[in-house]
Amino acid sequence: MSNGILVFAEHRDGVLNKTSLEAIAAAQSLAGATGQTVNAVLLGSTLDGLAQEIASFDLGKVIAAENDKLSSYTPDGYTDGMEQVIRAEDPKYVVMPHTYLVRDFAPKLSARFGKGLVSDCIRARVDNGEITLTRRIFLGKMDADVSATGESPVFVTFQSGAYRGDQAAKGSGARIEKVTVEIGEVRMTPEAPFQEVKQAVDLSKAEIIVAVGRGIKSKDNIVLAEELAKALGGDLAASRPICDAEWLPIDRQIGSSGQTVAPKLYIALGISGAIQHLVGMKNSGTIVAINKDPEAPIFDIADYGIVGDLFEAVPALTEEIKKRKA
Amino acid sequence: MKIIVLMKQVPNKDAILRVNKEGTWIEEGDLSFEVNESDGYALEESLRLKEKHGGEVVVCSMGPQRVKTVIKDALARGADRAIHIVGDQLGHLSPFQSASLLADALRSEDPDLIMTGLQSDDYGYAQTGVIIAEILGIPHATIVIEIDASGDQLRVKRELESGWYQWYSMPKKALLTIQSGISQIRYATLKGIMAAKKKEIREIVASTDGMNPSHQQIQRIYLPEKTKQTQFLGDGDAKRGAALLAEKLQTEARVY
Repeated sequence: MSNGILVFAEHRDGVLNKTSLEAIAAAQSLAGATGQTVNAVLLGSTLDGLAQEIASFDLGKVIAAENDKLSSYTPDGYTDGMEQVIRAEDPKYVVMPHTYLVRDFAPKLSARFGKGLVSDCIRARVDNGEITLTRRIFLGKMDADVSATGESPVFVTFQSGAYRGDQAAKGSGARIEKVTVEIGEVRMTPEAPFQEVKQAVDLSKAEIIVAVGRGIKSKDNIVLAEELAKALGGDLAASRPICDAEWLPIDRQIGSSGQTVAPKLYIALGISGAIQHLVGMKNSGTIVAINKDPEAPIFDIADYGIVGDLFEAVPALTEEIKKRKA
Repeated sequence: MKIIVLMKQVPNKDAILRVNKEGTWIEEGDLSFEVNESDGYALEESLRLKEKHGGEVVVCSMGPQRVKTVIKDALARGADRAIHIVGDQLGHLSPFQSASLLADALRSEDPDLIMTGLQSDDYGYAQTGVIIAEILGIPHATIVIEIDASGDQLRVKRELESGWYQWYSMPKKALLTIQSGISQIRYATLKGIMAAKKKEIREIVASTDGMNPSHQQIQRIYLPEKTKQTQFLGDGDAKRGAALLAEKLQTEARVY
């Protein structure tokens, strides 16, 4: 009989990914509501230090699954390793953070169990022992409540920020179980990870950010945002499509593949608010959104919103701020 | 090199979505559809690989007859032929079910490369490609932003988080999921549109009998609960909104 929740803890070169703590918090919350135990699993070549670190959380045990072939991440290696641990543990739920790494191997893993993942969940609710998971669909425009059915395990990934890592409960020292896993042929060879350019602009310290998205329409219009940023003494930033089009350099990009910021004031101009952008700025103090689409998901997290033409609103806003500051 | 590109048709990005009366999906009747954004980039990369290394680009889409729009557009941009897996409800399968159908349809084609977008803009599962690779027993890489197919092995640049990247090498029969925005997508030329009319579109009627169950069932969909109470300013008048906003930012939020 399947039992318990197995949580996957992600690390890079022995440094724990912060979303792993969020996954632990998520698993603990589900465990509390369903009366299950949470065990954590780590994959790597030598995991002693990391296993100790994870064992400080309130967990049943920490499974350190080791093999030299797991020294760097590959989807083949991680899938083989995780599959063995899951078959041995027979958990009811496998909880993982929805990171780029998990997205790369977890569908392959779940496929070995004849199913997919309930991916990118933003919350979970338990009624009478049954879990309802909420996923965000249509690029954030809608939420879907999903029930997972069929045989165990249910594979769930949680979106970054869905749970708070600092709420992962500490325990009295979980038992560490070291296992050596068998890894078959690893077909892909990874090279060392690198950063394209040293980030020239550090927006994480910025107090005021004016960010532009698709709605700005052309490179020539960016000057409107620039003038607003100047009037406020803030920095200019952008959503991904703007940097992809090279209208602004990539070190101005906010979101999951760019920088994560939390300024005092964040003004989003013509940004619809796809999840990938929101995760990079949703902890900002005051959020302003100007967008022609009243249904744009950015308005869900905005304190102030203007539904309308940004080409009318932005110059007027800049003028008004200049007047008030004078 | 034979490349198969998987493309999905999804509701238009700017479409106003309305929940159907059962509350289980959106009202699709009056919606306009477009190609899933990242799948468009997967096609563009495939065409560029073909231009460099020769071979064939086959586009494959699954769904009702309306997905022919996506297929014809891909043929007009330069794909050589198409496979249409026909079925009204095929857009609503679970990732494992979709992947199983697609893998069955593609097995006999024995492509060197299967390309698709990193996730769909409707369900957003981000799994179908990877599961196809597992079913077909070929290696994969996700969130790919650059492809070097000039050597014996395939070398691909993957995007990691927070501005990090990594190159991976793997054997050439592989599946790649492509990130949006990595190149400029070409337009269909008039010549391309004319040529497309003569290109083959093979229809496969898919059977969902005996398929694995879905394992995830949507109970209901709804507009996201707001985490903040947004003050909407200007009531449709953008200029008045701007004036009010300047005032509120100074006196209420006190951010300048």
